[in-house]
Amino acid sequence: MEEMAKIEDMQEIEQPTLVLGVIGADVHAVGNKILNYTFTQAGFNVTNLGVMVSQKEFVEAAVEADAAVIIVSSMYGHGEIDCKGLREKCDEAGLTDILLYVGGNLVVGKQEFTQVEKVFLEMGFNRVYPPGSDPKGAIEHLRQDLALN
Amino acid sequence: MKIYLLTDFGSTYTKVTAVDIESAKIVAFAKAFTTIETDVNLGFDAAKKEIAAQLGQIEFEKCLAASSAAGGLKMVSSGLVPDLTAKASRLAAASAGAKVVKTYSYELTEFESEEIAAIAPDILLLSGGIDGGNKKVLLHNAEIIASVPANFSVIIAGNRSAAAGAAQILQRGGKNTVICENVMPAFGKLNILPAKAAIRDLFIENIITAKGLDAIAEIMDMEIIPTPLAVLEACELLSRGGDTEEGLGELMAYDLGGATTDVYSMADGNPKVPNAFISGITEPFAKRTVEGDVGMRYSQSALYDLILEDNPSAFYAEYGISAEKTSQWLEICAAEPGVLPMGEYEDYSDVDSALAAEAIRISAARHAGYNEKIYTPAGEMFSQSGKDLTQVRYVIGSGGAVINAANPRAILQNAIYSPKDLNALKPLRPKLLLDMENCFAAMGLLSRFHGDVALRIMKNSFQEV
Repeated sequence: MEEMAKIEDMQEIEQPTLVLGVIGADVHAVGNKILNYTFTQAGFNVTNLGVMVSQKEFVEAAVEADAAVIIVSSMYGHGEIDCKGLREKCDEAGLTDILLYVGGNLVVGKQEFTQVEKVFLEMGFNRVYPPGSDPKGAIEHLRQDLALN
Repeated sequence: MKIYLLTDFGSTYTKVTAVDIESAKIVAFAKAFTTIETDVNLGFDAAKKEIAAQLGQIEFEKCLAASSAAGGLKMVSSGLVPDLTAKASRLAAASAGAKVVKTYSYELTEFESEEIAAIAPDILLLSGGIDGGNKKVLLHNAEIIASVPANFSVIIAGNRSAAAGAAQILQRGGKNTVICENVMPAFGKLNILPAKAAIRDLFIENIITAKGLDAIAEIMDMEIIPTPLAVLEACELLSRGGDTEEGLGELMAYDLGGATTDVYSMADGNPKVPNAFISGITEPFAKRTVEGDVGMRYSQSALYDLILEDNPSAFYAEYGISAEKTSQWLEICAAEPGVLPMGEYEDYSDVDSALAAEAIRISAARHAGYNEKIYTPAGEMFSQSGKDLTQVRYVIGSGGAVINAANPRAILQNAIYSPKDLNALKPLRPKLLLDMENCFAAMGLLSRFHGDVALRIMKNSFQEV
């Protein structure tokens, strides 16, 4: 109940918009649906682009939707190549304050997550999540990063 | 006999078609110069007199009219991202029958404000931002547009949270302003019908009068509509069918005019290959595009510029013409836009046909969707933008440059898929038809009252080439 009241309160004020999608040629749709559901339930305004989303689509959707965050999923191991340059494209489009979150099976093979995280942080992402992360963690981070209470 | 009098006030000619509803036949046709600068009734009466000479004095059951006179319905549209709200606003304006002179994206600049003043549109369609999304662009562009020193109406069809604010700014600047639903309320979702209705209302309320058509409007039995809207409605009827009469299924039509080339497609446009998916906007079944830089007279030099940018030597070789001869014909047409490639100018008919063929090819590639090949772990896939028109069964050509050409097929076949535009999803094996009696617009008008009759007339008068 308390949680519900919180959501209603948040909807009174304007909700931050998240742009959500699975990047590149990746067709993993189930996780995307779960994230869409959880973030929407948490009171965010979600623009879900679904699967096989190009960087261009992420950026254009974020511009039209005036998004506060872009949340990128990648499950098929090509995450590093697919995500490279997204921060620069956002800068170019004037989205200088936008937060970039990324999560999933971001690289092929067994690599230390700290190493993977480092690579993506250097690419300009603000939060990086390993496979099997609970979306609750990301929701907590969103509230912190967007200074919501 | 029950005779309907269908009039198309064109920029040059007022064309009047008389149709007998009972026999479903065109019984008379006449044309006279459009006299919109003085009194549009003069030209109309002259054409009517000729109809009377052919049919005798008779009572008309109904009189209906469409108009593209005095520049047609001239519009400018604007949005935020070129492939999203800017494209949606252009589609909305084109589907209302407007001549969309220019589409702007992102924040308008001072330079663009001067450009809009020079275009002097009848209506500006302002969009940008999905609902709940970007507000800044709508408010910024409203500021710029409010200060444009030209008299036009503005339709706001953008982010609904910013629409009222934008309207205030525009009204303060003295612009007649209408708010309607967003052309793209959610990402990738097209919603063009409310904007289309708002354009229609403004056209009837303000623009008919501004163009000097109000006296004519009073004697008509239905509001005057923009000619391209009449053609769009005729195409839709021809494709979908009437109450009892069957339609032709998926089709495309080209109207090759002096100033613009209009392209219509009536097709769902969904992917026709299994490994393709649509990216971006899903476009409407009834789609119209209008190319202001592709035309046979007023925009002939712009068309030639496009050819020169592309591959001029291949162009001359393909049609067996020379650069000198092409330039000569361009000069002749620039001096006298009414000139036809016959009589003393018959020698230039090959150049005129070559330009017409390129006009069809360029406007076809812009209208049709295209596929981009991408390689995925699951193999080769296609990302489809726009409509897949490969299975379209009929392509109809209209406009003097096509139907009066020595070889109309050679011109119209540029609407068919060719390796030259490798990725364009143009029809693969369509039948090519010609609107020999120039009845498209008239049948669009008639379709509002007698769909089956209009459909039967079109099916009988279109000739395969």
